[in-house]
Amino acid sequence: MAYSEKVIEHYENPKNVGTLDKEDPNVGTGLVGAPACGDVMRLQLKIRDDGVIEDAKFKTFGCGSAIASSSLVSEWVKGKSTEEAVKITNKEIARELALPPVKIHCSVLAEDAIKAAIKDFQEKRAKRLAAGSGEAAAAPDAKTSR
Amino acid sequence: MKLPIYMDNHATTPVDPRVVEAMEPYLKDDFGNAASRNHRFGWVAEAAVEKARKQVAALIGASDKEIVFTSGATESNNLAIKGVLEFYKDKGDHIITVATEHKAVLDTCKRLERQSKEKIDELKRLRLMELTGKDVSVDELGTLEIKHELDKDPVLARWLAAVHDGARVTVLRPKKDGLVDLAELEKAITPKTVLVSIMLGNNEIGVVQPVEQIGALCRQKGVLFHCDAVQGAGKVPFDVESAKVDLVSLSAHKLYGPKGVGALYVRRKPRVRVAPQIDGGGHERGMRSGTLNVAGIVGFGKACELAQAELSTEAARTGALRDRLLAGLQKNLDFLVVNGSMEHRLPGNLNVSFSFVEGEALMMAIKDVAVSSGSACTSASLEPSYVLRALGVEEELAHSSIRFGLGRFNTQEEVDYVVDLVTRAVRKLRDMSPLYEMAKEGIDLKSVQWSAH
Repeated sequence: MAYSEKVIEHYENPKNVGTLDKEDPNVGTGLVGAPACGDVMRLQLKIRDDGVIEDAKFKTFGCGSAIASSSLVSEWVKGKSTEEAVKITNKEIARELALPPVKIHCSVLAEDAIKAAIKDFQEKRAKRLAAGSGEAAAAPDAKTSR
Repeated sequence: MKLPIYMDNHATTPVDPRVVEAMEPYLKDDFGNAASRNHRFGWVAEAAVEKARKQVAALIGASDKEIVFTSGATESNNLAIKGVLEFYKDKGDHIITVATEHKAVLDTCKRLERQSKEKIDELKRLRLMELTGKDVSVDELGTLEIKHELDKDPVLARWLAAVHDGARVTVLRPKKDGLVDLAELEKAITPKTVLVSIMLGNNEIGVVQPVEQIGALCRQKGVLFHCDAVQGAGKVPFDVESAKVDLVSLSAHKLYGPKGVGALYVRRKPRVRVAPQIDGGGHERGMRSGTLNVAGIVGFGKACELAQAELSTEAARTGALRDRLLAGLQKNLDFLVVNGSMEHRLPGNLNVSFSFVEGEALMMAIKDVAVSSGSACTSASLEPSYVLRALGVEEELAHSSIRFGLGRFNTQEEVDYVVDLVTRAVRKLRDMSPLYEMAKEGIDLKSVQWSAH
């Protein structure tokens, strides 16, 4: 299968590979896909209290296009507000990387990863607020332990 | 050492220079048609074909009269299966094969199965037309069949017993190591079974089937045994007498010969018959019409001669290279899973899953090495390897599998280079893999609720 130059560039020099502390209240983690399907993406976003994404890290199990899609969105979301980031669509990702039709699902996964990470952050924050502000979050949230 | 390195010798092999040399005259001055009986050009071509026929026969311990040249093993498999089922129609209509066979066998069986179902439906419709006095369409068949209780209809039962087409097919599941379960095979044989089709060496996992035991069982049960020996012939000892095999498919380009030529061995004692599937000038004793590919056949013959002469030294050499490759990878990397039996295996084959790394991504990282993957991403169907799935290999491991096919022209230097390259690539991709991180943290990946998509 022939890859576009952009896919190869992201695959060979992926941006923002790594792990953020998932217990950090400002970090949202999105884990999408399934090993049995051949691709799993984990995107982590560090989001300031004003809603701006200040850092992004990813790890991906998948083909070159899946890795490139993750790398690309990890670059794109940085500096964006969460409202802007959730508007990123798979079409934009696929267009940017010139993905062939059989690889469109990689871009869908990347879009889902952004949404899942932001949702995780928002749920964490909602819980924190419900638990009462001022109080330091004592127990780490079990639900986000993955 | 020259890059890229070719380690995909199950897909095809380079043509041996000695084979090219043998073929050359037949592409130039000796261009005659082997069927031209009336002049020198034809005689020269015919003599060359007959010499090649002996060389091919000798590789598998057959007589030259038992070799039918074809365009390749796909055609040979089609001719063997369709030809036997058609010829022995009156004896029975049941085939037994295995889920890990090549598609040229499985899809041929599937077509025959479809043909059989269509014939049965046709007879049912005719019977219903008789019973209802009206035309019956295919769509109406289901409801009318129940209404008129066709399953209890004695007339239809008689028709079905007398007229049939295609075949009923039993596809056996191999054991976890890829080997056929002989007890299962024996149980599957019925009085209506005419053919068992089981390969010698598997093209993905290299597993070598116990053909001598299969052949003995088939002979004892009076069932014909077809063996697709494309991957095994010339790589491991194989003899039509000790395997008691009745039909054997061979291909030139898997043993350092040219593409576009193959053969079907058809036993003469006791005589096995196949109905021709290609009609025309009656070449190859009527079993396969079409002008012979003289240069290709000459190359095939030479390739068989070389394979036979060098089999034991080459098997030892490629086997040692394969073991070195595996040992090197195992020393450097954890979470490796070898797919298929290591004991009963083609010497040049290694099929291994690099857990937590996707196969296509790995191939991209080692693009200077030509290998194959069972990953879905490399197939048009987006399904991971059906061979690995048939062994019960989990989907995630099938996605992570790489097939190395070592051959005559691979060197130790290449193997060492590949070990190093694959090691670095796997480490890099695992550093990028959330699954590897989770596994290292001790998370059971099976306990995670994945979002299927």
